[in-house]
Amino acid sequence: MGLSARVRDEFPLLGQSAHGKPIVYLDSAATSQKPREVIDALVRYYEEYNANVHRGIYAIAEKATLAYEEARGKVAGFINARRPEEVVFTRGTTEAINLVAYAWGLHSLRAGDEIILTTMEHHSNLVPWQLIAGMTGARLKFWDFDGEGKISLEELDRLLTGRTRMVALAHQSNVLGTFNPVAEAARRARAAGALVLVDAAQSVPHMPVDVQQLGADFVAFSGHKMCGPTGIGALWARYEHLEALQPFHGGGEMIMLVELDRSTYKEPPWKFEAGTPNIAGAIVWGAAVDYLTRIGMEAIRAHEQQLTGYALVQLQEIKGLRIHGPKNPAERGGAIAFSMDGVHPHDIAQVLDQEGICVRAGHHCTQPLHRRLGVAATVRASLYLYNTADDIDALVRGLDKVLAYFAPSRRSGVGAEGRRGA
Amino acid sequence: MALDDLYREVILDHYSHPRNRGALDPADIKVEGANPLCGDELAFYLRVADGRVSEVRFEGHGCSISQASASMMTEQILGKTLEEARGLIETFKAMMRGQDPREDRDVGDLVALQGVRKFPVRIKCATLAWVALQQGLEEYEGKKAEAKATTEE
Repeated sequence: MGLSARVRDEFPLLGQSAHGKPIVYLDSAATSQKPREVIDALVRYYEEYNANVHRGIYAIAEKATLAYEEARGKVAGFINARRPEEVVFTRGTTEAINLVAYAWGLHSLRAGDEIILTTMEHHSNLVPWQLIAGMTGARLKFWDFDGEGKISLEELDRLLTGRTRMVALAHQSNVLGTFNPVAEAARRARAAGALVLVDAAQSVPHMPVDVQQLGADFVAFSGHKMCGPTGIGALWARYEHLEALQPFHGGGEMIMLVELDRSTYKEPPWKFEAGTPNIAGAIVWGAAVDYLTRIGMEAIRAHEQQLTGYALVQLQEIKGLRIHGPKNPAERGGAIAFSMDGVHPHDIAQVLDQEGICVRAGHHCTQPLHRRLGVAATVRASLYLYNTADDIDALVRGLDKVLAYFAPSRRSGVGAEGRRGA
Repeated sequence: MALDDLYREVILDHYSHPRNRGALDPADIKVEGANPLCGDELAFYLRVADGRVSEVRFEGHGCSISQASASMMTEQILGKTLEEARGLIETFKAMMRGQDPREDRDVGDLVALQGVRKFPVRIKCATLAWVALQQGLEEYEGKKAEAKATTEE
């Protein structure tokens, strides 16, 4: 199915076992595993040219600075930014969104201004706006999704007013898997005079994303969900916005001239990168971008779409299992959240863990979305380039065991027998 | 670490057939416990007569461990004095910390929850009911003390 099975062998962790069973990793929406060459790049940086950037006059400092800025270029190229300077390195998606909320929102929003968010947003694209709304008197308005986990552009048209200043939405829901129509939403919102921020944490790792085609103002994403290390991510913004924005954090590296009572700042993106940055993180993220580019994002998307389709069919055959989100794999990514009648998500994840299967149980940082679905928690299995049909089959076998434990009467056969024998 | 240590038959039985489920109105003690991280929610209703728990009910939702622990707890505290209930809370919490109950303490079905200790992330599921009850008892005693102080003035 899709990509070569050899891809899996490039990820050392996927050769590990848990509770005596080979690991089946189905939690890539939380964080992805790392291929050998990315891990090697991390070791190489620390062994061969670990030095601070933008200041040393010596050889390894120059090499580190060059590699850091090269990584910016790789990330910019990956999303087809107009220039590398449109990419600000951050700690991740969360910090990138906070950067916009504070550096733009805090200074620009006035009482009564409106921010439109969808009800499926991750807390990282909700809580910063709550904070800024509280400080400025701006108002949050919510763009709700339908029974299939989709949002409609007509609803956006209804919500947009002359007071709308920002529309912030996820490209792909981390729970429902839904692909939101961000390009068309951006067109409509910008026509109404609003800015548009896209949380692309779940899309940039999984499909080709072209920020020029998206047409948004800001795009936030993380390195660790795309085979890179934790603690590094980026804010992409149209360069004119970066020029207009106030600094977010103050400190070293982001300044030109500092006097006791005032300072002048560097040009973007460096204006937003105060303090020693995550040098290793950025460089190693660059290695991850090289890796993904070599495999090809089209090929990764095709693989995941095929595998998601297979998973949706297999899972829906399990009695009492309900999938939240679109059922058509062309309309969604590989983050698949589900509920099972009469079994709590933590119990499901616990039984799966004993089989070496890693899934996430809980609210996945989307409490309002879960409240909207009417469930306290869900189980989420999420796919990436290294997953195979075997992983889905292992999940289905694991869920049979769950049923055997918690609903012995519902299923006859191996599972129920196994339990009695245990 | 076997799953059967965690999901003992008696636990699954309490989960699928919870004892003392429901609400009491009025109740002398009404207390809620929640773990927002897992979405588990419990509410307990107690009536107290002659210093003893004369009636108890609970409602809520959550994982098998939190629900079974709540169900077992209601069985164990029914008919106990508040002092005895407090002792049981301490015994249970100590059990979750790794101390086996003293032999002269009858903890009934609760022994089945000892297996939870091998699954550290689930301990908070088991203790949710007990922490809530402890809070309920404290509030009740507090109110009583307050009422007593008022009448004695």
